[in-house]
Amino acid sequence: MIRGAVRYLDEHAGAAPFLRKALRYVFPDHWSFLLGEIAMYAFLVLVATGVYLAFFFDPSTAHTVYHGSYAPLRGQEMSRAYASVVDLSLDRKAGLLIRQTHHWAADVFVVAIVLHLLRIFFTGAFRKPRELTYYVGLVMLMLALLEGFLGYSLVDDLLSGMGLAIAYAVALSLPLVGANLALLLWGAPFPGDPAFWSRMYIAHVLVLPILIGTLLALHIALIVARHHTQFREPGRSERRTVGIPAFPGYAPRSIGLAFAVAAVLVLLGGLVQINPVWLWGPYHVAQGTNGAQPDWYLGWLIGGLRLVPGWDFAIGDYTVVPNAFWGGAAFPLVVFAILFAWPSLERRVTGDRAVHNLLDRPRDAPWRTAIGAALFSWVALVFLFGAADRVYATFGVSYVVLVWVFRVLVWVVPAVVLVVTRRTCLALQELERLEHAKQAAKLTASESA
Amino acid sequence: MSRVRALFAALLFLLGLRRAVAERRRVVPRGRPSPRAEAVVLALLGLATLCSAGFVAVYALDRIPRQTQFLGLTLGLALAFLAAACVVVARRVLPDEEVAHDYPPPAHEREREEVVRIVEESKDAFTRRRLLGLAAGGAGAALGAALITPVVSLGPFLDTDRLRASPWSRGRRLVGEDGRPLRAGDIGFKEFYTAYPEGADREQVAAPVVVVRLPPSALRLPDGRTGWAPHGILAYSKVCTHAGCAIALYRAPLYEPREPKPALVCPCHYSTFDPAAGGTVLFGPAGRPLPQLPLLIDGAGHLRAAGGFSGPVGPSWWGVRMK
Repeated sequence: MIRGAVRYLDEHAGAAPFLRKALRYVFPDHWSFLLGEIAMYAFLVLVATGVYLAFFFDPSTAHTVYHGSYAPLRGQEMSRAYASVVDLSLDRKAGLLIRQTHHWAADVFVVAIVLHLLRIFFTGAFRKPRELTYYVGLVMLMLALLEGFLGYSLVDDLLSGMGLAIAYAVALSLPLVGANLALLLWGAPFPGDPAFWSRMYIAHVLVLPILIGTLLALHIALIVARHHTQFREPGRSERRTVGIPAFPGYAPRSIGLAFAVAAVLVLLGGLVQINPVWLWGPYHVAQGTNGAQPDWYLGWLIGGLRLVPGWDFAIGDYTVVPNAFWGGAAFPLVVFAILFAWPSLERRVTGDRAVHNLLDRPRDAPWRTAIGAALFSWVALVFLFGAADRVYATFGVSYVVLVWVFRVLVWVVPAVVLVVTRRTCLALQELERLEHAKQAAKLTASESA
Repeated sequence: MSRVRALFAALLFLLGLRRAVAERRRVVPRGRPSPRAEAVVLALLGLATLCSAGFVAVYALDRIPRQTQFLGLTLGLALAFLAAACVVVARRVLPDEEVAHDYPPPAHEREREEVVRIVEESKDAFTRRRLLGLAAGGAGAALGAALITPVVSLGPFLDTDRLRASPWSRGRRLVGEDGRPLRAGDIGFKEFYTAYPEGADREQVAAPVVVVRLPPSALRLPDGRTGWAPHGILAYSKVCTHAGCAIALYRAPLYEPREPKPALVCPCHYSTFDPAAGGTVLFGPAGRPLPQLPLLIDGAGHLRAAGGFSGPVGPSWWGVRMK
């Protein structure tokens, strides 16, 4: 049967040479290499669950009155979008399971991408010949953030409405073009034209998933074209890679990981409540709620928006750059600009234009590790500050004090992290050199004995 | 005797020929058989099957408590058992196999040169290359512009004055959530009311206002706003000038000497505004005051707008006036 199938494929697609190569493609093994795969499998879960949700979701802002089974909302006026999500969650068998799995998958998707990015950065895997793979990955991360935001904005519960209000304010705050751009995207002043919902919907269910899927395919094609990187080990070199063949060795590992990712997401979706939209209620422009937290991957933006002092850059009485620009647009733009610029920056500073198939350990490149850690701590602190109101609510530490503490910390901590990380890397290198020298001495001693 | 033996050997050879040849040419090394691991895989596959069937059963049951949880548990466990089976196959059943492979060459000098030449030499067919290039570029740019033009229909992007639209004008009555007009006499101290323009669409940024009441002696309104707060009743836009969230919190101190003064607070980024001083920013990221709505009390004791807002409502944009 196998012989027959292979013959058919070969005769009709000339696939035998490709299959032979693909089956024996080498995967150098390391646990950290699984992070990207986890992101990929989370994406598959997102597509599968998302298609199911689209069977029920009604992306319309038309008004309706709720008559479903959830008593507290009965008789309330709401959009059909919100009503359809409440119905799907509470009145459809398995609807809530799929919706919560979808939401968890989105959160895990971005976690996996970010951890994968950290792995790539700190091991220098972005270096020649893999810069393109790295850039494609960064674009996917940006798209994933937008896709996630659109996903929970579509629901039109109170939380999504507040998020959209902030997004509108950030769009409006862009220098020069903000007002025009916001009116173009929303179709009218906030909360926008009813067509805005159609726009978000098509972006969320078609445009962005296709973009992410295409870039994912490109990402993988580029990886395969240049092969995986590997950590330095006996037998491995810049020219030769050693690892497990795709088949039979790696395939069950990767399929097992796919099942494991799906298992975790479905278990979370079934057992751990996430975004119970029926509790939030429908959104109205005049409503807001305290203690609202966005999905985790937007926490750095809410932190940025809260942390920036009340600066509106103005000339006379006329606002030039409104405040929301700094935390909501400038901050993420700076972070992504640094990430995009890093490979060429490093190349220019170190003058290293060689091909690298062997990975660095973080200690091998002290400056890169130190700057990367400092950048990470900067973003992480702003992210933490996004939840500072919870610190106030839980521990009673004054929010005003926290603001000032964090305004100082976000600059001091990265500087400290920079110095300490670099010193640590150098110390680890020194330690290794000593160890080597000791072993060499032992060896010569035993030889002379 | 030796003849029999030779015959026997020949028979064996004929029988085992294919296997022997295949044995010599193995690509994947033969691992050590591990019946115990295979038994574990079998058990895991069995459990996965059971859990999948359980999922269908839970789905089919009507009105069982915690159906979502059981659905997640059964399907999740089915997937988890399959994952475990795959891992056992990879780790215990399949042979430990490592292969080495050369990295692809970093450069293909010959092909690269050929690509360049194919493109370069194709250009030779043209004599007025630069002119044609310019013309093609121009045509492409024009087509691009034409294709992007329909995007203009998305929104009134040149009409930024629409951002200043407001349903409030002199004489408009303030109505509460229930649609009934607000009576000045009902507005209490330390209370917080949301009001809308009577008869207007509530879902627009400039519609909702907050109404609070302070002792008239405590007011420090900016110049030109005398009479905007009859009996100390004040109205401000309910939409934060920072990021457009609703000002949903009112800080009304219970112990005047010890606590901070009354304030309107946005729960999104904690911009805090002073209702006694014309909505100026007390704290937080907002860059300009909350727009104030001048009020008057009509003969029936109802609250009415005495004019439009003191400034543009909602988040700021390039060119918006600060005050």
